[in-house]
Amino acid sequence: MTDFLLTPLQYGFMARGLVAAMMVGTVCAVVGCYVVLRGMAFFGDALAHAILPGIAVGYLVGGGARQPLFWWALLAAVISSLGIGAISRLTKINEDTAIGIVFAGAFALGVALISSVRSYPVDLAHFLFGDVLGVRPQDLILIAVLGGLVLLVILAFYKEFMVLSFDPVLAATLRLPVRILEALMLVLIAVTIVVSLQTVGVALMVAMLVTPAATAFLLTRRLPVMMALGALIASVSGIAGLYLSYYLSIASGAAIVLTCTAVFGIVWVAQTLHKRIFTTA
Amino acid sequence: MTVIEEFQKTSHHFSKQRPTHDAGEPILRVENLSLKYPNGYAIEDLTFEVGKGERLAVVGPNGAGKSTLFKIIAGVLNPTSGKVDIYGQSPGGHICIAYVSQRNQVDWNFPVTVADVVMMGRIGQLGLFRNPGSRDKKAVRKALQVVGLEKLANRQINQLSGGQQQRMFIARSLAQEAELMLMDEPTSGLDVSSQEEIFNVLDRLREEEVTVLLSLHDLKTAAEKFDRVMLLNIRLLGLGKPKEVLKPDNLVAAYHGHLHRVETEDGLLAVGDSCCDDEFPAP
Repeated sequence: MTDFLLTPLQYGFMARGLVAAMMVGTVCAVVGCYVVLRGMAFFGDALAHAILPGIAVGYLVGGGARQPLFWWALLAAVISSLGIGAISRLTKINEDTAIGIVFAGAFALGVALISSVRSYPVDLAHFLFGDVLGVRPQDLILIAVLGGLVLLVILAFYKEFMVLSFDPVLAATLRLPVRILEALMLVLIAVTIVVSLQTVGVALMVAMLVTPAATAFLLTRRLPVMMALGALIASVSGIAGLYLSYYLSIASGAAIVLTCTAVFGIVWVAQTLHKRIFTTA
Repeated sequence: MTVIEEFQKTSHHFSKQRPTHDAGEPILRVENLSLKYPNGYAIEDLTFEVGKGERLAVVGPNGAGKSTLFKIIAGVLNPTSGKVDIYGQSPGGHICIAYVSQRNQVDWNFPVTVADVVMMGRIGQLGLFRNPGSRDKKAVRKALQVVGLEKLANRQINQLSGGQQQRMFIARSLAQEAELMLMDEPTSGLDVSSQEEIFNVLDRLREEEVTVLLSLHDLKTAAEKFDRVMLLNIRLLGLGKPKEVLKPDNLVAAYHGHLHRVETEDGLLAVGDSCCDDEFPAP
């Protein structure tokens, strides 16, 4: 058993991948609680896809360096979320449709840009599905700093975000700066997505935001507990997923997401059975 | 709403600066208030005053602009023309106004307890980067006592009945130290005993000089439980003692064809629009 757990750790890339998966899982789950409670899953999914052109530009400009990739991705995320807001505010098109338009358009632009490079299939796959085993030490530092920053901001505005999510009219009558808080929330989601990019990639990102938080939602009725539990579930799933990936030789991002989904399924079924058993006489 | 206003709100929330209350002014004064949408007026040219501690019923058919009026008074919605004064100043900075939403506008599966929701009312007093202290916890406990929910403080909110949900919102307004409460149809969908409990709570609020504007469909309750009644259908059709306002002429003007005449023992005429027949207890 010990061997089973320790053998993979001989490899530096595996150890770094585990640390990255845990940090990303924690940040995603905490931010994801708001995404779940406010019904923003589609927005999160769209934002993750919409950063692809940013990554592509960063990739073409930076010639493979990671740092510019990050900033370009963040820029693309901010522009897309502002664009979605502008379309739904200035036209009669509703937000749901606006998200669809921006998301698909931006994603296509990203694919088009990346396809102009020769090694296109391999690179695109990395961006789409993540490359957690390719995480380098400096990437870990970036994840730690920005992820920590996201958590700090949530801690600082915890009560304001809770009111805004639960009852926007109360937030307005308490004279909270609703618009600024809304914008801050979008930026937090954007930063979280960009930070997590390397672990699960663009296509599977929404699972990291939504699945652990939703699992925790089934298990608790308090927001702080939901955040802590979501973070725990996501971290454990991240570790288990990487081991699965190592021993079964399957893609790491997919393995992590599948583990999260399995945990959700188990909790759901167990809860349903528990209710059946204990409520019927 | 401009960016500058948003930053002002941020700094107010940070520094806890709030407009002063001039005791010489009425708590609420509305002058020539209109809100116009491309397809017509939501409310048109309303002018009235409400004194401190008063309890006013706002009645009128669906789409009469009751919720719109409340939201403008609360400072959540901006009027097209006219103005609202709270103690002689615009409502924008005041946190002494509570808007009690209709119950169906809240996600009851949200992971919070009754006490958590009531504590939300304290956030205006707390300001940014401050956590609730013993004073806030005391205010929450007291508010829960006033509405009779202290035993349910740690319940998850989806375990409450409709009447309890409504009383929880009243407790939140109390924790907010609201002096003006705007309640949007708090009694609709509730059984008679739950409605009675809410009016008992409102009687206790009167002792604390809280001013209450409450919209409802049931004209009989409006006539029995309120000092004054406002009859609204986009325009103001009457404001005064129930007997003076709820007259056949006024009611026909407000409700047009959707009339139901019900004679009660004291000869009062009860009227409703077709959607809400089931809310009228038989006399």
